[in-house]
Amino acid sequence: MRYVVKRLLQAIPIVLAIVVLNFFLLQLAEGDAVDVLAGEAGSATPEYMAELRAKFGLDKPLPVQLAVYLKNVVMFDLGYSFRHDMPVSQLILDRLVPTLLLMVATITLAVGFGILLGLVAAMGLNTWRDTAISIFALITYATPLFWVGLMLIVVFSLNLRWFPTSGMENFAMFYEGWDRVKDIAHHLVLPTVTLSLFYLALYTRLMRASMLEQAGQDYVTTARAKGVTENRIMFVHVLRNALLPVVTMAGVQVGALIGGSVIVESVFAWPGLGMLAFEALFSRDLNLLLGIFLLSALLVVAVNLVVDIIYSSLDPRIEVN
Amino acid sequence: MTFWKLFARNRGAVVGLGILVLIAVMAATASLFFPADPFSLAGKPMSPPGENGFLLGSDSLGRDVAAGIAHGAKTSLLIGLLATLVAVGIGIVMGALAGYYGGPIDNLLMRVTEMFQTIPSFIFAILLVAIMKPSIESIVIAIAVVSWPAVARLVRGEFLSLRNREFVQACHTLGMSDVRIMLGEILPNCLSPVIVIGSLMVATAILIESGLAFLGLGDPNIMSWGFQIGAGRTLLRSAWWVCTFPGIAILLTVLAINLVGEGINDALNPRLRERT
Amino acid sequence: MTRLLDITDLHVALPPESQRPYAVEALNLHLEPNEILCVVGESGSGKSLTARAVMGLLPKPRVRIAKGSVNFLGEDLAKVSEERLRAIRGSQISMIFQEPMTALNPVMTIGTQIDEVFRFHEKMPGRERRARALQLLTDVQLPDPEQTLKAYPHELSGGQRQRAMIAMALALDPKILIADEPTTALDVTTQAQVLKLIKQMQASHGTGVLFITHDFGVVADIADRVAVMQNGLLVETGTTDQVLRRPEHPYTKALIGAVPDLVPRAARPRSGATVLRVKNLQKTYRSGGGLFGGKGRVVHAANDVTFDLARGETLGIVGESGSGKSTVARCIVRLNDAEAGEILLGDTDLRPLGRAAMRPHRSKIQMVFQDPFASLNPRTRIGKIIAQGPMMYGASADEAKRKTNELLEIVGLDARAYDRFPHEFSGGQRQRIGIARALALEPQILVADEPVSALDVSIQAQILRLLDEIRDRMNLSMVFITHDLRVAAQVCDRIAVMQRGKVVEIGPTATMFSDPKQPYTQELLAAVPGKDWFSAEDMARVHAT
Repeated sequence: MRYVVKRLLQAIPIVLAIVVLNFFLLQLAEGDAVDVLAGEAGSATPEYMAELRAKFGLDKPLPVQLAVYLKNVVMFDLGYSFRHDMPVSQLILDRLVPTLLLMVATITLAVGFGILLGLVAAMGLNTWRDTAISIFALITYATPLFWVGLMLIVVFSLNLRWFPTSGMENFAMFYEGWDRVKDIAHHLVLPTVTLSLFYLALYTRLMRASMLEQAGQDYVTTARAKGVTENRIMFVHVLRNALLPVVTMAGVQVGALIGGSVIVESVFAWPGLGMLAFEALFSRDLNLLLGIFLLSALLVVAVNLVVDIIYSSLDPRIEVN
Repeated sequence: MTFWKLFARNRGAVVGLGILVLIAVMAATASLFFPADPFSLAGKPMSPPGENGFLLGSDSLGRDVAAGIAHGAKTSLLIGLLATLVAVGIGIVMGALAGYYGGPIDNLLMRVTEMFQTIPSFIFAILLVAIMKPSIESIVIAIAVVSWPAVARLVRGEFLSLRNREFVQACHTLGMSDVRIMLGEILPNCLSPVIVIGSLMVATAILIESGLAFLGLGDPNIMSWGFQIGAGRTLLRSAWWVCTFPGIAILLTVLAINLVGEGINDALNPRLRERT
Repeated sequence: MTRLLDITDLHVALPPESQRPYAVEALNLHLEPNEILCVVGESGSGKSLTARAVMGLLPKPRVRIAKGSVNFLGEDLAKVSEERLRAIRGSQISMIFQEPMTALNPVMTIGTQIDEVFRFHEKMPGRERRARALQLLTDVQLPDPEQTLKAYPHELSGGQRQRAMIAMALALDPKILIADEPTTALDVTTQAQVLKLIKQMQASHGTGVLFITHDFGVVADIADRVAVMQNGLLVETGTTDQVLRRPEHPYTKALIGAVPDLVPRAARPRSGATVLRVKNLQKTYRSGGGLFGGKGRVVHAANDVTFDLARGETLGIVGESGSGKSTVARCIVRLNDAEAGEILLGDTDLRPLGRAAMRPHRSKIQMVFQDPFASLNPRTRIGKIIAQGPMMYGASADEAKRKTNELLEIVGLDARAYDRFPHEFSGGQRQRIGIARALALEPQILVADEPVSALDVSIQAQILRLLDEIRDRMNLSMVFITHDLRVAAQVCDRIAVMQRGKVVEIGPTATMFSDPKQPYTQELLAAVPGKDWFSAEDMARVHAT
């Protein structure tokens, strides 16, 4: 518990630095929300625009704007999205669930199958199984996410009609209870497969390499010298040690995974944070964008914490306290 | 054994190199075979492959998919190489300083890389390109900015372990200057992992570039594979070829670079190969 | 009495691209019950692969038994099935290894790892297995066996880990114990304890022990019989007394002759001129702690260290790992910064000097490093490695080259070495290059940090001789860091013994060996393996035969 608190305390400066960095970066962008609103309205008088800026607090000097924003963030107030006419936190929370759903499904699939495939490949080193898995990993590791998504849509949605092409659920059917869960799961399949393929390949390769490296270690010779069976050596001795770098990598990749979800959400019209961020960027909805960045940073911090806890339970050399 | 012999022991790497050379030739001769602007209308829209004089078909505006792929190769390779060079350059300088001197510089660097790990890098790249307006320069900068921390971490690790090696200490006892130790003694010894990570990074850069272009954040004046796929996604039902062929081009290029990277790795670290 | 193990005409084949076809060739060797057979040899002799061949643990398929038999109580281990071999391993033949840290699984408790031996060989209820494991840990004299069962390898010291390994190996009372350099990674006092333990356990269980080692001191202490191997061939075998006192084969004679004598060499007159004075040197390391963590651990690597060095003298600094001896050496050459004290070179105190101010003094103190494979830049040619020092201090390229060639000759290397890279040289040759580099600046003081501990014993003798020659020829003063009292006895005029950062005793070598005052010095001397052998008259006899 103390460890968790300590880790969270350590994350605070990083998250704050991210907020500040992004705040200033966004100021560099040409035009603000008022310009966009005015542009869309067609004709807006300079007086009206100035009035709007004053209303949004955009007329104050930058450091003041930053201070106000930081103060609000600390009080869990992420500001107001003038574009959507809603509090940012409200908007983000609405979109958080789909993104979390997608991420959890993806991580589970990628890490789970990655470990499994890497294990199978390493156990049958240089057999056809190893070759097949290695080639599969090599190819998926080189495929762009959005293209996989489109190809999956062509094959499984348009031709075979197994899965829906887009969206998270079929609102027209007004499903409830289990039916709704099944409907969402049905929609979740293609986006999850798309997003996880690349990471699946990554973990497969890593797991294979890690297993092979650990299999050459001295303690394996010791276990053999004790007369322990090969199965136990592989599944107990080697496996646990080989998992360590894979777990570390899983933590490192969370940020990249959220980035990848922008593309997947765009391809499958998945109503998550990535889509929201993309829209916010083009409508210059800075408050919303900052909020999304903040939340995704927090998400990464949280997942990393979970990863660290898993890691320390696997490796006694890491002292949690 | 020479580098080439070691490299050639990895058959996949040789195949990869072959593909890569073909793609490079395609990029270099694009203007020769497809002299027209790849954005221009070249014939009947929505022609399937092999019809109306289109090898790989045309899109809804009658643009030649094959011409786009040939010209797109230039973009991908150029941006991949440039972004990697910039990222490796920044990464080496930062990593070397942090690993060699340790202390506050190192602390700062580690915090910065941690920060970059916490920000979803692709979203950050989108943000940078959008702020700077899409262009080759802004895309190169954005990709380099999100990629350099990986190089920096690697170089830092190498410097950290090499700076305590006895041969480096021997240079200290001779009274050699820091710059000379870093450039003359340590750097040559950590170049091979940097070359390996650099070659793999070209592949990643090409993937990021295509992703940006797919989302409409490519340089509007330059043909790119990601742009072709993005423009063709609405035609999935009617014209599968518009999306499919550029995707295969990306896949082959990235695959080839990864294979070559592995070959370089095997050639530079022969010991690692013997274990597997 | 029936033989436990009978190795006949054993050939262990190496992969085709290797330097020689067989790692072990036409080996005949046998082991009786209740005896300790030492297999001795330098690196590359094939001694370790012999042990692995018996266990069926060769790195197959690249290295394999090509011919011959390993007869264990009527069964040929070279031919039995993998399944049968597995049943024998750990229960009838077991093994302990050199590096107990890597030989134990880092993520598994000692208890679980011992338990596996029982689980995979015998049907036993869990409670009984636990009781047996506890008893074993008690037998190998581990403190707090209950706690040790639950401990992970990294929580134990090196000696404790090796004890746990021994417990594991003896769990099922095997007929044969194979020990592959089990004490090489340990400090000398720990080594003495572990050797004693192995001998005790062997005697009480009646085990036959096949003990692989490179150290004739260890052989003298533990062996009943000795087999000497060279380049995969068995060159000599016999009882310990025969082989150590009346060796027949020239290689055995050379090896034994190369073991430094524990009786210090004749004292040399000490010059009155002092070149270096170290006063109250203080250096502490802090670990852990940081912004959020509580108190870090503070280690006094050098605590009030004081000594002086006369012109032409060799001062030995002797101690076990963690004693701070290397830290002192590194503080003197200013690779580490000491916090307090004085390092007086002539009248200048080097300790507080900044990098720039230190530079003119650098050439006067040079260092020779321990690891010949890490101390030369793998990407730099030998000529440049040696010549760059003089060139940095203003020598012209021609001058530096002439000087380099001269130095190569002094350290006994061919002038052709100039254009080669370090990987083309053996460990001993590289150490010569390292010495030439240090001499290139014509220093007054040479600090040698364990310069021979990574070398085979025959090479070690050559390097020590070279250092001696150079010291006399160039009138150098030397600070010689070593953990090996035999080496110290042959090289040093005076010795400082260090323990936990402090100099516990300092004095002329002869006095330290004949009349040690401090208990720690006495303990160190008592722990030297084979201290009762290789006396001056033994050596004389060896050389006479």
